[in-house]
Amino acid sequence: MPPSSDEPATTARSRPALPVGARWPDAAFRWIALLAALTIAALIVLVGWELYHGARLAVAKFGLHFLVSSTWDPVTDQYGAWPFIFGTLVSSIIALVIAVPLGVATALYLTEIAPVRIRQPIIMTIEMLAAVPSVIFGLWGIFVLIPWLRDHLFRWLQEWLGFLPIFQGRIYGVGMLAGGIIIAIMILPIVTSVSREILRSVPDLQREAAYALGATHWEVIRIAVLSYARRGVFGAAVLGLGRALGETMAVTMVIGNRPEVSASLFAPGYTLASVIANEFTEATTDLYLNSLFELGLVLVAVTMLVNILAQLMLRTLTSGASGKVN
Amino acid sequence: MKKILAFLLTVSGLLATTASAQMLINGAGATFPQPIYTKWFDAYSKVDPSVRFNYQGIGSGGGQKQILSETVDFGASDGPMSDENLAKAPRTLWHIPTVAGAVVVSYNLPGDPKLKLDGPTLAGIYLGTITKWNDPAIAGQNPDVSLPAQDITVVHRSDGSGTSYIFTDYLSSVSSDWKDKVGKNTSVNWPTGLGGKGNAGVAGQVKQSPGAIGYVELAYAIQNKLPYADMKNSAGNYIAPSIDSVTAALATATIPDDFRFSMVNPPGSDAYPIAGTTWLLVYAQQKDHAKGEKLVQFLRWAYTDGEKMAADLLYAPLPANVQERVLQRVAEIKY
Repeated sequence: MPPSSDEPATTARSRPALPVGARWPDAAFRWIALLAALTIAALIVLVGWELYHGARLAVAKFGLHFLVSSTWDPVTDQYGAWPFIFGTLVSSIIALVIAVPLGVATALYLTEIAPVRIRQPIIMTIEMLAAVPSVIFGLWGIFVLIPWLRDHLFRWLQEWLGFLPIFQGRIYGVGMLAGGIIIAIMILPIVTSVSREILRSVPDLQREAAYALGATHWEVIRIAVLSYARRGVFGAAVLGLGRALGETMAVTMVIGNRPEVSASLFAPGYTLASVIANEFTEATTDLYLNSLFELGLVLVAVTMLVNILAQLMLRTLTSGASGKVN
Repeated sequence: MKKILAFLLTVSGLLATTASAQMLINGAGATFPQPIYTKWFDAYSKVDPSVRFNYQGIGSGGGQKQILSETVDFGASDGPMSDENLAKAPRTLWHIPTVAGAVVVSYNLPGDPKLKLDGPTLAGIYLGTITKWNDPAIAGQNPDVSLPAQDITVVHRSDGSGTSYIFTDYLSSVSSDWKDKVGKNTSVNWPTGLGGKGNAGVAGQVKQSPGAIGYVELAYAIQNKLPYADMKNSAGNYIAPSIDSVTAALATATIPDDFRFSMVNPPGSDAYPIAGTTWLLVYAQQKDHAKGEKLVQFLRWAYTDGEKMAADLLYAPLPANVQERVLQRVAEIKY
């Protein structure tokens, strides 16, 4: 390792004395920034507390059983969140499995391979995807995507990979896999644009160094670019995941809305966000309303847990090589 | 110049006085009757310009909650309030039916045949005990239709809705199995099938899946030209859903004094069996004298002139005998 150059070894430690009047902007800025940061923390605490307050009847009645019970019956006032937690996690994982490789590959193409003059049009097209309202994706899903998936892709998957439990059972068209695919399309823009920014920030020095060592184009991308940008790309995936967990409208239109835990990805499922959106307006009994609030609380908790897990994974992933060509 | 200024001042002065004199009456609740209520309020603003109605279609749950906490002047609900919720009201709270609607059974079969169904068969399909289209229970009622040996894909509403309430209320009334295992509510624990969001979600799912069956509001089915089944009523006749057959159902339904009634499967020979009404929730003793007076005047207008607009918007108006009883109840509101 060369000695780092940013350590001021010889300069004088004492700051030059500033006139008193010149310090207040610094102080003011510090307080404003602190206030902004605290507001966010306070908001999260407030949301959590409000949700807990709204859910307290259900929390008291069902306790931890709420998390593992699979019954959701507004007629007999029995509520459990497990099928919704399962559906939220599975549909989000499907979405990530599809969107992250696709998004990162697109970003790589845009930063490393594509001719400069076609980059901007492609970027604009992808960013336009983000502007399409959720409900439009849902309707498009029902009328265009689902019939195609049902008659072609799903049939093909069952024919060739039907020995796997995840591709067995009756094909309805709508279901967990269809939900995951819709979410994947919806999070693709954010995964792509964040990855692209990250890849663009990889210093050219990295690439040049790799080329100088005789690497091919692919090797440059793999060794110099991707491993350098690993952390950031992982961050893009986490951002996409956050979106996926909370996606509501389009998902509810294509996932089948059946609170059921099934090994098959063709089977209908349900997500936390969807059931809240679907049932909140017509919930009349107190316990019902409280249970819906508790689902909200569970969604917040799941999102936080997943983010913490992602942070831990990131730490173990990047604790090895520094990712620089050296 | 001065003249113009003076003119403007007078005009703005006039506007200010009318604005402050205009009374605002707030309501919230059910979404199913929202189109007709909006139409009524708009038409009534010409009858009595001194009052303006504001209605928020936030759902029946919200409507019940808000009228109980008295944050609105009237509520609206697609299902009658439970005894438990009604007990929370600070004073006597009345249900007043406004219009009725029907729920139709739509399906996706080759050639769009006209199907005939009875209640127990429909309950069997939704319970998951009848799974094929050529099941003898269906084929027996439709000897002229060649039914495929196809799996039935059951579609229901995923969002809580008055439509589901009417539908499950009907199934509970014709099948004791359904009543014991599932019951009636704005959303239930469906034994089988896929959930579609809203009328559009259910209709879309049915349209896209060969062999599917679903239920939607009559108005939606007519506007979108969906095929629908004739249902067997309690008199043994197969009746097509229409505004007339729903009004016929209302005319023969047993209606208790508190108007919290269910009108599924009524005895009339021309009555369509899967129908239900929607209610306004109004306090018997109004808090604010002036507002109460205006509200009663509006209700009186709604049940005479307003009801005539219902059919255009594909709602079934109340039959004369019910209308009379409702007007009597409106006259009892104190303010």
